[in-house]
Amino acid sequence: MMRLPGFRYRAPRTIGEAAAWLAENPANTMLLAGGTDLLPNMKRRQQTPSTVVALRGITSLSEIHNGDGLAIGSGVTLSHLIGDARVRQSYPGLWQAAAQVATPHLRNMGTVGGNLCLDTRCTYYDQNYEWRKSIDFCMKRDGKICWVATSSPKCLAVSSTDTAPMLQALGATVTLVSIRGERIVPVAELFANDGMRYLTRQPDEIVTSIRVPAATGWRSAYWKLRRRGAFDFPVAAAAVAARFDGARVVDLRIVLGAVSSRPLSADRAAALLTGQDLSDELIESAAVAAAGIAKPMDNTDFELVWRKKMVRSLVSHALHEIRGDDMRARRHQLARQELLIPASASAAR
Amino acid sequence: MKVRLKCTVNQEPVEVLADDYKTLLEVLREDLQLTGTKHGCELGECGACAVLVDGTPVLSCLVLAVESEGRRITTVEGLAADGRLHPLQKCFADLGAAQCGYCTPGILITAKALLDAEPNPSRARICEALSGNLCRCTGYLQIVEAVEAAAKAPR
Ligand SMILES: Cc1cc2nc3c(=O)[nH]c(=O)nc-3n(C[C@H](O)[C@H](O)[C@H](O)COP(=O)(O)OP(=O)(O)OC[C@H]3O[C@@H](n4cnc5c(N)ncnc54)[C@H](O)[C@@H]3O)c2cc1C
Ligand code: SF4
Ligand code: FES
Ligand code: FES
Repeated sequence: MMRLPGFRYRAPRTIGEAAAWLAENPANTMLLAGGTDLLPNMKRRQQTPSTVVALRGITSLSEIHNGDGLAIGSGVTLSHLIGDARVRQSYPGLWQAAAQVATPHLRNMGTVGGNLCLDTRCTYYDQNYEWRKSIDFCMKRDGKICWVATSSPKCLAVSSTDTAPMLQALGATVTLVSIRGERIVPVAELFANDGMRYLTRQPDEIVTSIRVPAATGWRSAYWKLRRRGAFDFPVAAAAVAARFDGARVVDLRIVLGAVSSRPLSADRAAALLTGQDLSDELIESAAVAAAGIAKPMDNTDFELVWRKKMVRSLVSHALHEIRGDDMRARRHQLARQELLIPASASAAR
Repeated sequence: MKVRLKCTVNQEPVEVLADDYKTLLEVLREDLQLTGTKHGCELGECGACAVLVDGTPVLSCLVLAVESEGRRITTVEGLAADGRLHPLQKCFADLGAAQCGYCTPGILITAKALLDAEPNPSRARICEALSGNLCRCTGYLQIVEAVEAAAKAPR
């Protein structure tokens, strides 16, 4: 049986209070939102904060506001997000990404902020303490070397968040708050390509909200490869957002998930399509270009050569979908789920 | 350290003194002797520990007990009322939807929340709602059929 290690529990009521608790000892304090990532990691002794600052009591973090686009509180649960009609209608890619995170129970608990800040994953790291000890610890926790690439100076654990690539493709920003003040950064700048220090967030900062720009003229799609249809972390993913003028692409972003330690922007592939009509040939060359930058490592489920090949397919499917092709059969084949979750039926705490 | 926790479990007010690092699952099973909720993977992967918190299905192995203060918790023990089985329980028994039974409490509680929100779910919707509940025995077909039968049963 795996028990949680001991910790001090703090339940602030306001963002200011939370920032003050966090500032007392940032190196040994962690924020708890839905806990669906942090608590398993604590049970396996991958993360052992001495203080846990729980955000659930801060009600202002669990609201979604209209404005020039949407302002999504970091404490909004994934169920709340996919139950929101504005998200479903205007940001279908974000809806698809969130609806494919984990399971219904975990989406009732897990938050958008927690999903963005989700720990990176690796077969040698996501194991209990005894398992990791038996082969000797790796550098991400308690050890010195990387078991995936023993000569690698840095950890190559995989960015496994489903919403981050989509939010990055949509040009979203996040607001970070600490006792030092507030700053707003593009989602793209929240991440670093390092499995251990995968966030540029400072240890005393709290993600308070995620701002998605107005969706007028934009279309979006998210495609994900996972082992089981029921639920699984992504082992390759493609997020695409594009603005059209008639059939012509005016603006387009492609961001890959789960093939690097951060969401990976495929700019050269996107540039091939900007200013063009999406022909089958152009879609294929963009998909090939995007797959070219994917660097999957042998530290997740599935064979890595196949994962890389699948990046090409996922990007191609996403581009076909935003072009308006009927991709339902293909999506069902890959996701093995209908994604029927009705707006409003999913309650959120 | 021990903390005093007040909440409602199966419509009864409960006050319990529990270790502050415990999960809701541990408090239910070890401090309240409500062992109907099962202890499976402890990591959010199996759904055996599912309970309703304020009517919403969550995994009690990943809920800190201290975060259940003031909340309304429903476990499988709370399904039967006045000595009568919930239609889901009756249909599960009649249709062979439980074999070893380890997954059954989590599935019953999850299906209850589904039927409370959507009285006539499609088969695909039932599968989706139960997609976080692992069953190693039945192959799921009897489970889905039992939920369909319970949806049709008079309540
Ligand atoms: C079985 C299983 C399957 C899963 N499958 C998927 C999947 O398919 N796709 C996927 O993306 N995820 C998956 N997850 C991971 C997780 O459930 C989700 O990513 C969820 O959204 C995390 O949110 P949370 O609120 O529970 O995070 P928490 O566990 O509370 O926090 C996660 C991390 O973010 C930090 N954090 C939380 N909130 C903030 C904030 N406001 N500011 C700064 N830091 C913060 C925490 O300190 C912690 O490091 C899965 C988890 C499990 C157990
Ligand atoms: S990539 Fe290497 S260092 Fe990072 S978690 Fe895996 S084995 Fe450890
Ligand atoms: S015991 Fe909680 S999900 Fe398995
Ligand atoms: S009946 Fe045995 S696990 Fe479901």
